[in-house]
Amino acid sequence: MTFEEIQQRLAAKLGERIGALSPANKDPFLVVQAADLVAVCRLLKDDPDLAFDCLMNLSTVDWPKKNQIEVVYHLWSYPKRHSFILKVQLDRAGPEVPSVEPVWKSANWLEREQFDLMGVQFNGHPDLRRIMMPDDWVGHPLRKDYKEEAQWHNITTTRENSLEGYVRLDELAKKAAEAAAKKEVPS
Amino acid sequence: MAKDYQQDFGSIITSKTSFIDEIINLARKSSIFYLLFGLACCGIELMQTGGPRADIDRFGSVPRATPRQSDLMIVAGTLTYKMAERCRLLYEQMAEPKYVISMGSCASCGGLFQYAYSVCKGVDKLVPVDIYVPGCPPRPEALTEGLMRVQDKIVRERWFAARQKVGQPRPGLGIDYKVTA
Amino acid sequence: MKPLELPTMDMENKEVLRRIEITGDMLLNMGPQHPSTHGVINFLVQTDGEVMKRAIPEVGYLHRSLEKIGERCTYNGFMPYTDRVDYIAAMFANQGWAMAVERLLGLQVPKRAEYCRVIACELNRISSHLVSVGTMAMDIGAVTPFPYALREREFINDLLEELCGARLTYNYLRIGGVAFDLPSGYEEKVSSFLDHFEKILDEFNRLITYNEIFIKRLAHLAPIPGPMAIEYCLAGPNLRASGVGFDVRKDLPYSVYPDFQFDVPVGKGEVGTVGDSWDRFWCRVEEMRQSCRILRQALAQIPRDAQIMGKVPRKIKLPEGAEAYSRIESARGDMQYYVVAGPGENAHRVKIRTGSFTAMGIIDALSRGLMIADLVALIASLDVVAPEIDR
Repeated sequence: MTFEEIQQRLAAKLGERIGALSPANKDPFLVVQAADLVAVCRLLKDDPDLAFDCLMNLSTVDWPKKNQIEVVYHLWSYPKRHSFILKVQLDRAGPEVPSVEPVWKSANWLEREQFDLMGVQFNGHPDLRRIMMPDDWVGHPLRKDYKEEAQWHNITTTRENSLEGYVRLDELAKKAAEAAAKKEVPS
Repeated sequence: MAKDYQQDFGSIITSKTSFIDEIINLARKSSIFYLLFGLACCGIELMQTGGPRADIDRFGSVPRATPRQSDLMIVAGTLTYKMAERCRLLYEQMAEPKYVISMGSCASCGGLFQYAYSVCKGVDKLVPVDIYVPGCPPRPEALTEGLMRVQDKIVRERWFAARQKVGQPRPGLGIDYKVTA
Repeated sequence: MKPLELPTMDMENKEVLRRIEITGDMLLNMGPQHPSTHGVINFLVQTDGEVMKRAIPEVGYLHRSLEKIGERCTYNGFMPYTDRVDYIAAMFANQGWAMAVERLLGLQVPKRAEYCRVIACELNRISSHLVSVGTMAMDIGAVTPFPYALREREFINDLLEELCGARLTYNYLRIGGVAFDLPSGYEEKVSSFLDHFEKILDEFNRLITYNEIFIKRLAHLAPIPGPMAIEYCLAGPNLRASGVGFDVRKDLPYSVYPDFQFDVPVGKGEVGTVGDSWDRFWCRVEEMRQSCRILRQALAQIPRDAQIMGKVPRKIKLPEGAEAYSRIESARGDMQYYVVAGPGENAHRVKIRTGSFTAMGIIDALSRGLMIADLVALIASLDVVAPEIDR
């Protein structure tokens, strides 16, 4: 089924909550509201003609200019061999979306990763904690306004230029040689 | 029999070693057991270096899985902050005398991940490195040369000279590393 | 039920002993530095010493923030970083990125370049499966096959080095084609390698695949039924071993794969249940054989005297918000790139979904009741590599 047919099927079942497909800028997608997400996903999975049994990919995109964070779901159906793209647009200040982990188990780790890196809260996720970064990391790195700290557990996050480092070591060696020479003189 | 042993890379060092030193160092340099600390792509080249063609087993070097039984830690690959504390722990679990080869550009200085927020820019921020092997990843021949340079370092050591004095800072390009134990 | 506190340093001895007596288990860290976790992955194992109650994987020890770097680099400049996404099968990662950006640009890749890509990728698939199969045998305990696999891999490394100059992280593909043409005499070298290698595969099967001890270790170990594999979104040989005959090269053909005749091995439960670890191992060995077939056909059919690079603009600039999705059949499964174009010369967001990431999600569910040695065999049979998980 093409994207348009899938969207019409969804609109037939769920009525007004389904909007129109956005125009294809290489791939068309359907924007749903966060509150309707789980219902739409269950329908996509359980309907025998749609049969989307695989959540291939879950990613988040940060749009600071539009003040939005988008969560993008790429779905795939093994029996029917067709795909679909869903998007949910969230407010950047407090992004929260219901978790689709009850629908597809693969969402478990995918959502944890997006929580860790982008800071999106997935309500109803059984085990939402950091996965890629250390547990006490501050901040969500993939955000556009993320600022790296100067150190983590006393390891500095920058490295000095090697040439300047060699100059510094030469100065140290010179000072040590002068100190040794001074010590010899009085004796 | 005393023998002059001359190096011509870096600074020229002539050291007279005694016969006992020579025997001990010959035994030590021919059986360097390395810790399998392959983290990333350089780990695969480390594996291939221990493999059939560029075989470092002919130098007597076999991989050990545990730091308690190894002399050499080859840090092969990118060190992330999450892994950094384990790296330091493994280094401290090794028994003296111990050496560190920083293999590849990621371990030496952070490599091509300079803009990464989670990569430690060089393993010498945590452990004192003896030999830096450049490359991305270094060929097995390059790593073999690094191993041979460690052997040269071992040959120059004397039994009665302490290798590291506790409390003395060792200036290097990374953070100054103090021997604490 | 109130949760039981773990013993802490300042507790009295009898408190600690009471707690240990109740659970009777140890909570061990298997990794991150471990010879058989296939890269830096940690497993928190709750065990009584032999049988595990559960194994919780912990990843992120090789998270190199490639996706953030993708937002800084130009489209061409990101190609070496894609090598590091899966360093054992780097050509596929290159191809996924090239295909995604070519789709955004609407670019046509010349035929000879596509054939060069297929040759490089299939050689890389064989080399990746050799590592996988060799390390799996080593994890089971048979140390000898590992150098045999590495020996064959050295021949492939030589071939790929002749092609593009690097042994591991190739950076061979470019947006719109490939970087270098096949050197002269290359077809004969690859053909003679294939003649030698197909005999080695038979030897390998006699030595390991149908070895009695190997079968006893791996048959009936952690069988993944087809619906469970689909639910957790496994990919590649893991999925095919569970009976789901899906291969991106056949079902969503890309590049010049429609021109070739090859089979896709699907697990049949030959010595155990469908979807057990032996099936996953067998799928990889058979895939190597099919890759040899594809290579022979590609070498015969490659168009002579043609270009290797399409018409690519010098500076790639795309309309902001354009997004594309590409799927390729990598050695470890279905690798997918989701690229959102940014306003300048770089992407706004790059998301790479790899087969190993979803394979880690299933380990927790499969590992209840296994023994620790079986966990090692299970991880090896799923063929996870740390950089694919962490990127």
